[in-house]
Amino acid sequence: MREITLSQAVNEALAEEMRRDETVFIIGEDVAEAGTPFKVLSGLVEEFGTARVVDTPIAEPGFMGLAVGAAMTGTRPVVDLMFGDFLFLVMDQLCNQAAKTHYMSGGKLTVPLVLRTNLGATRRSAAQHSQSLHALVAHIPGLKVALPSSALEAKGLLKTAIRDDNPVVIFEDKLMYNDKAPVPEGEVLIPFGQANVKREGRDITLIGTSSMVQVCEAAAGILSAEGIEAEVIDPRTIVPLDEATLLASARKTSRVIVVDEGHQSYGITGEIAARINERAFYHLDAPVLRMGAMDVPVPFSPALEDITVPTPEGVAENARRLVRGEMIHAA
Amino acid sequence: MAEARTNTEDYLRMYRQMVRIRTFEDNANQLYLSAKMPGLTHMYSGEEAVAVGICEALKVADKITSTHRGHGHCVAKGAAFREMFCELLGKEEGYCRGKGGSMHIADQSNGNLGANAIVGGSMGIATGSAFTARMLGRDDVTVCFFGDGATAQGLMYEVMNMAALWKLPVIYACENNGYSEYTRTDEIAAGSITARAEAFGIEAHQVDGQDVLAVNALTQDLVARARRGEGPFFIELMTYRYHGHHVGDINREYYRAKAEEQEWKETRDPITRFRGWLVEEGIASEDEIEAMNEEIRADAKAAVDYALAAKYPDTSEVDMHVYKGVTHALA
Ligand SMILES: Cc1ncc(C[n+]2csc(CCOP(=O)(O)OP(=O)(O)O)c2C)c(N)n1
Ligand SMILES: [Mg+2]
Repeated sequence: MREITLSQAVNEALAEEMRRDETVFIIGEDVAEAGTPFKVLSGLVEEFGTARVVDTPIAEPGFMGLAVGAAMTGTRPVVDLMFGDFLFLVMDQLCNQAAKTHYMSGGKLTVPLVLRTNLGATRRSAAQHSQSLHALVAHIPGLKVALPSSALEAKGLLKTAIRDDNPVVIFEDKLMYNDKAPVPEGEVLIPFGQANVKREGRDITLIGTSSMVQVCEAAAGILSAEGIEAEVIDPRTIVPLDEATLLASARKTSRVIVVDEGHQSYGITGEIAARINERAFYHLDAPVLRMGAMDVPVPFSPALEDITVPTPEGVAENARRLVRGEMIHAA
Repeated sequence: MAEARTNTEDYLRMYRQMVRIRTFEDNANQLYLSAKMPGLTHMYSGEEAVAVGICEALKVADKITSTHRGHGHCVAKGAAFREMFCELLGKEEGYCRGKGGSMHIADQSNGNLGANAIVGGSMGIATGSAFTARMLGRDDVTVCFFGDGATAQGLMYEVMNMAALWKLPVIYACENNGYSEYTRTDEIAAGSITARAEAFGIEAHQVDGQDVLAVNALTQDLVARARRGEGPFFIELMTYRYHGHHVGDINREYYRAKAEEQEWKETRDPITRFRGWLVEEGIASEDEIEAMNEEIRADAKAAVDYALAAKYPDTSEVDMHVYKGVTHALA
């Protein structure tokens, strides 16, 4: 099968959906000629013109709000938010407006928009350009949240998001834009709420999101060489969450580590761990362990930044201790 | 240009400060190109007369807020090369102990409240700083530096309204370099920039940002008036950035013509112009100026060498400074 980069996958998904549905448009900063700082959207303005690939002023709350109104009245905006950290600027329009409109209108109004943004540290971009803020939006009922872990998911989840009648937030890992993965030619749609079992194993379950899927797979490789067989699962969307697949694996292996790049406290890892504790308690041989980003603002210095995110070695070490039966408390 | 020979020392200091900024940036760019600096950085070269003309009108107790393109402001407000280069390289002896990096460099000792990686993010901070001065009966003035692109942020209008209502001692200094990222200002800013401030009854000026004496004379006047409670004020400084949006923005002809860059560099360079004037007016000889340039180059080289050899913060610092009063947040 052909391999394409995550960036190309996003580009293809947008181009295909824009060809299919003329109400789909892109809006954000430097999305047209510049194709975004990550060059993800290069070429789209040439095909679809500036009426559908719309460059905005640096006014995130403004274009986010505009997209909400546009979505309520017959279009399907795909909002490009240059850095996930800028979510804090658009929270009112996204969470007070987009997320609640369908509910508050008793189901009469819909907001079919997609907010594409990114997450991920270790790019030496310091505290305001490195955050992984998906837990913030996952907390708000009415928003769906997708976390692609490779080019395949980036394409399939984005296409599904554009066709969804609800506001969807997609977080791409900005370190993965140039990573290649096999993506079939033709239609690729990945349904929301279907986890992907990336690797089967009997001894321990590693649940990873976004780039942490790679970290879990690398950890599973290390563990396998030592005779520990880890099952690796990528939930792909955290809202909706495919609890059934996660619970089935937890019941099978009886040990679980949840790995995510958001801050560990009050985050995705805690939510998933709690659900497994609630529904698979009697099948567990150890407490479900959370591994998130360290609860500090992301430091600039490489010497500090690198120790704030989970690594394959760190996941493998915790897995060993769980398998050995050592009771451990998440750091 | 203004009357000569009234203040020889001031003129020479302005020249020196502009050359220090240019030299700092040339070194920072080299560090990036030789892969010795983590991450990206935004060069201030070309805009020196703005930061220097303004900061030379300020006292140490006066405050500034800076931007992602912040090295110039930092130098102009009195910072030392050594601590600055250490910060850019993520070293322990940096102004922010390596935690902030280029985009968050702050220098408390000289009243620099910090660069900011959120476009427009410092406008509230600057206005708040002016609020403090008024409330505590201090006579310091705050200058808020921001780019033309930042005028698109709603925050600016909220705080200008309050500053005008409450006559706060703040000067909003818009560095209009013609571009925000890869987009020309006229494509993202409707109407006049100074009229935005005038709508709130704020006195607004436009000035040639390549003429350090013009910038300085205007600022002297406005600062004095702001100290007397006649603020706020707004200045639009017409200027130009020589490099790309950031050091990695090298192939940029698709949004900015080489000829245009050449024209600004050759006919409007703030340092060349001022140097010519200093010589013409007999304030300094070519030899004296060359000696000053040489001394600054040597200073910068020594600081770079020092910073390259300096040590990174110990990893135990990662959870320090999360909360004031808590030594280690995760202990
Ligand atoms: C809120 C926010 N939106 C977008 C960005 C990305 N960004 C960084 S600099 C920049 C352009 C800023 O232009 P301007 O204010 O004119 O300053 P200049 O770079 O020209 O000095 C943009 C869009 C950001 N850092 N923060
Ligand atoms: Mg600008």
